[in-house]
Amino acid sequence: MWNLLQFELFKTFKKPRTYIAFGAIAAIVFLIQLALLINGKEYVQFILSSVDETLVIPYEKITNGYWICFAILNLLLIHVPILVALVSGDIIAGEANAGTLRLLLTKPVSRTKLLIVKFFACVIYTLILLLWMAFLSLVISVLLFGTNDLVVAKEFELVQIEKADVLWRYFAAFGFAAVALIVVASLSFFLSSISENSIGPIVATVSIIIVLTILSEMRIPIYDNTIKPYLFTTHMLGWKGFFYIDADADGQTIKGSVSNLPAIFKSLAVLFAYIIIFTGSAIFIFNRKDILS
Amino acid sequence: MKAFSILFLFILLVPVAFSQDANALLEKVRNKLSLVNNYEADAIMKTNVSFLKVPQATVKVYFKKPDKIMIRNEKGISFVPKGAVSINLNNIISGNNFTVIDAGHMTINNNQVKILKLLPADENNNVILSTIFIDEKNAVIVKAKTTTKDNGTFELDMKYGKFIEYGLADNVVFTFNTKDYKMPKGFTFDYDNAAQKSDGVKNNDRQGKIEIKYLSYKINKGVSDEIFK
Repeated sequence: MWNLLQFELFKTFKKPRTYIAFGAIAAIVFLIQLALLINGKEYVQFILSSVDETLVIPYEKITNGYWICFAILNLLLIHVPILVALVSGDIIAGEANAGTLRLLLTKPVSRTKLLIVKFFACVIYTLILLLWMAFLSLVISVLLFGTNDLVVAKEFELVQIEKADVLWRYFAAFGFAAVALIVVASLSFFLSSISENSIGPIVATVSIIIVLTILSEMRIPIYDNTIKPYLFTTHMLGWKGFFYIDADADGQTIKGSVSNLPAIFKSLAVLFAYIIIFTGSAIFIFNRKDILS
Repeated sequence: MKAFSILFLFILLVPVAFSQDANALLEKVRNKLSLVNNYEADAIMKTNVSFLKVPQATVKVYFKKPDKIMIRNEKGISFVPKGAVSINLNNIISGNNFTVIDAGHMTINNNQVKILKLLPADENNNVILSTIFIDEKNAVIVKAKTTTKDNGTFELDMKYGKFIEYGLADNVVFTFNTKDYKMPKGFTFDYDNAAQKSDGVKNNDRQGKIEIKYLSYKINKGVSDEIFK
């Protein structure tokens, strides 16, 4: 199985399209960092314009490495799923399109085993992509901008987390984001298993994510209480939950606290359920499928 | 006729005497505060604003005559209200360009205090009215309310301890008006119900409070102008 996984990873990382995602993330992160290095103050001023008249806001201190990383993740984690689909949407359908799938299945390995290996190759690619993003957005931002307290702007409140209380939250958030992105990988993996060419699963994954993200973000009662709690895109934002901190009666934040930990665990459970459903469905369908190419 | 003349004189002179009393008391407070040319203080600041969730901060407070004040958090970030300059009592009672009205007495924390109302003479002054509550025995202001044209009403509550001889408080609670905070929808991509107002968020509560607990003062040791830039 390990040899098979190595073989799959070799095939994945030999394709130039695999590196598109790494290049795209590097370009976006660099552009955001450059913009915030030059106009970070103006950006924070825009965000906090409603309280600018009431409070003296230390803009220079706010635009530190931790805040830059949060801003990047906020902008980027909506789009990274699209990049994940580039590889996982291609991993089975690409072989079908190239005519190598039948050849692959002549090996003395069960279809289930083969699909599990291919899925793990997708997971590894996703994790490497996420690590790359974490390195660029967190490590490089901290090196460039230094560290200080993290100020998170929510729709109705501003949350400040002490510098010493931030780093573990990023580790937790990236861990959560890994699960969220694996859901996307498993969705496009599932679509890839029922398709004969790779464009279809990639475009379908992107379309599904766009539609579901819009539904998740719209605040319309008919969706809020019916389908929204079940959409994986609603739960994919759970990484942010680690940056929502509890406060005491005087409004002072409690170090090390997370305001709604059960909601985060619930989101994780929903995301794991989706991974099992998508991957299980792919294996189930693929085992019963006539492979003609 | 004689009795009527005495009564008339009494009615005419009593307010003048009260006013002189009030001015003398204010002068006494002012003299005490004038002992401090500058200070650097270590303090703990607690912020209580409906839309802010912030940690308790260790800050340094710098003051330099006549009206420079700066609150700095060297280790982290602190949101300081813009009217925090009122934390300096000199700003409220400096100059003589106002009319002092004696408004009687009241009890605060079981201590009887004198109430003085300061009405600025200049119509264009941003301050409409200041009311100060003075502990006559110690010649210190224990409470001050300032109503401004632009920023509503500020309130100061002070408790004194070791530095009462300089008129410097150990504990100051500054109450101020806030405006609503709201981010554009779709900008934050909030998770869970964070987008809805949580229990702790009472955006209709338009008053904020900061409490500064002074731990130590370095008085008249000199403070550089660079600090206030």
